[in-house]
Amino acid sequence: MGVLPWVWWYGFRRHLAYPMGSLAEALTNTAFGFMRAYILLALWEARPSLGGYDATDAVTFCFLTQALIEPVRVFGGMDLTQRVRTGDVAIDLHRPVGLQSWWLADDLGRAAGSLALRGAPPLVAGALVFGLRGPGPAGLAAFAAATLLGVLVSFGLRYLVALGTFWLHDERGLQSVTMVLSLFFSGMVLPLVVLPGRLGTLAHALPWAAQLQVPADVFLGRLTGADLAAALAFQAGWAAVLLAAGAALTGAARRRLVIHGG
Amino acid sequence: MPVPMIEAVEVAKTFRVRARRGGLRRARTAVRAVDGVSFAIEPGEFVGYLGPNGAGKSTTIKMLTGILTATSGSLRVCGLDPSRRRGALARRIGVVFGQRTTLWWDLPLRDSLALVRRMYRVEPAAHRARLAELTALLELAPFLDTPVRQLSLGQRMRGDLAAALLHDPELLVLDEPTIGLDVVSKATVRGFLERTNAERGTTILLTTHDLGDIERLCRRVMIIDHGRLAYDGGLDGLRRTVAADRMLVVELARPGPRIVLADGETGAGPIEAERVEGPRQWLRLPRAANAAAVVAALARDHEVRDIALRETGIEEVLAGLYRGDHAYWCSGRPVAP
Repeated sequence: MGVLPWVWWYGFRRHLAYPMGSLAEALTNTAFGFMRAYILLALWEARPSLGGYDATDAVTFCFLTQALIEPVRVFGGMDLTQRVRTGDVAIDLHRPVGLQSWWLADDLGRAAGSLALRGAPPLVAGALVFGLRGPGPAGLAAFAAATLLGVLVSFGLRYLVALGTFWLHDERGLQSVTMVLSLFFSGMVLPLVVLPGRLGTLAHALPWAAQLQVPADVFLGRLTGADLAAALAFQAGWAAVLLAAGAALTGAARRRLVIHGG
Repeated sequence: MPVPMIEAVEVAKTFRVRARRGGLRRARTAVRAVDGVSFAIEPGEFVGYLGPNGAGKSTTIKMLTGILTATSGSLRVCGLDPSRRRGALARRIGVVFGQRTTLWWDLPLRDSLALVRRMYRVEPAAHRARLAELTALLELAPFLDTPVRQLSLGQRMRGDLAAALLHDPELLVLDEPTIGLDVVSKATVRGFLERTNAERGTTILLTTHDLGDIERLCRRVMIIDHGRLAYDGGLDGLRRTVAADRMLVVELARPGPRIVLADGETGAGPIEAERVEGPRQWLRLPRAANAAAVVAALARDHEVRDIALRETGIEEVLAGLYRGDHAYWCSGRPVAP
């Protein structure tokens, strides 16, 4: 067995290393979930069945996406970015393991760890207060697949941002632009189903839709059969494109590399 | 003839740097961090690689390990081109960057060392034996199960050394491994490196600003300055070639006028005390001066309480070199430019 499953396992464990911090973040996610839920409820009271969602769909979407904030890293960022900035990436580049595959394994471990620690509280709180809509066993399996693909897409995007630091030497500009794009086009601000006309079409075609909107629609049971297969293929397609771009850019980054800080 | 462990021929690395030229204008300039360096290191050598900050040491090391690609020149490490065969090379060399860590910050040291086994595909039995040996030599046992973030700097450095050596590399490249360590930790690390070189025959290239490391460990030193190799040879040779002066400190019975010694009394021209503090005076003796004759002349003309002769330390030798002080640097075997 290669080293990557172990990198995944270590990534998982290192995200379980600070349970109190994770709990505090989960509580914050839950509190914000209530704020978002009441805003969405106000909207759905004025416009019932907006975008094909009913009020329960909207509230479920809200708490589910709150639970997935950290697993899919909606706000962006990864440790690699810091390591490029400080020059610690020299350590990563010395390893006899590809940079992207190493960090992908670590990131999948991170996602699993944060799902374990931070996934349940918003969903449980939302279910107790509002009553949420959930999938059956088959839907749950589809949801797991959609979430995994969402994490892959999220990693692909964040890895490209991290590589951008090799060129820009500072990630903040790129990070804030991609964070705004991610928040809006993943459905974190409003479910993408409410976006009208061309904006809605565009939003559904961009890779950020694969992060939250698709997993949420699978969770709500709105995608079945051919629609479900198409949605998963949409996610897998973006994941493949982004990971291929990451692989190509890794080679380019290597060639123009400057290690910071001596 | 054996293949050299490292062979560098006219290796250069140029970085493009953008500098502000007022407003939004930027000027692109090329900085030659390493400017045509050639050397060979044979298996089993222990070589110190010195130079002031920014001289090109770390850049050289990153080229040797394949992290950076040389702009020109040819480089072979373990017979491989580092930038093309980085993965294969990584399995044969160990690297410690003193200011960075390969260990997993949030997990026990033991786990990081276990991952090294997976990464380098070491057989479990060989790994167990090597781990036991390194644990004993580096005294790791008390903190093997402690998360790395809770280790002291000295403990962490020992952990990093173990991680770099678990796959039993032929070449160990160290970039300031004793930086920030206390004297006891330094002694442990130095003793360990000495044994690794002597008993396992591991070739070691050591970059450091700590001259204690160099004096204790390295039979050969290479000095890089402004991207070029300024010296490559033995430590003794370095001391000799830099025509080091010695300092004679004489304490007289009472304060007196500045001592002046005539040409005939020194064997190397007249000497005047360069510093006077009460009854103490400092006389700089050129290498050619006859110290015995100077002492005899002083004892004849003055009532001397105490006398001390100080050799120039390696530190002063290097400070002179780094400053480009060519009075220190007048003979010997500098590398031809």
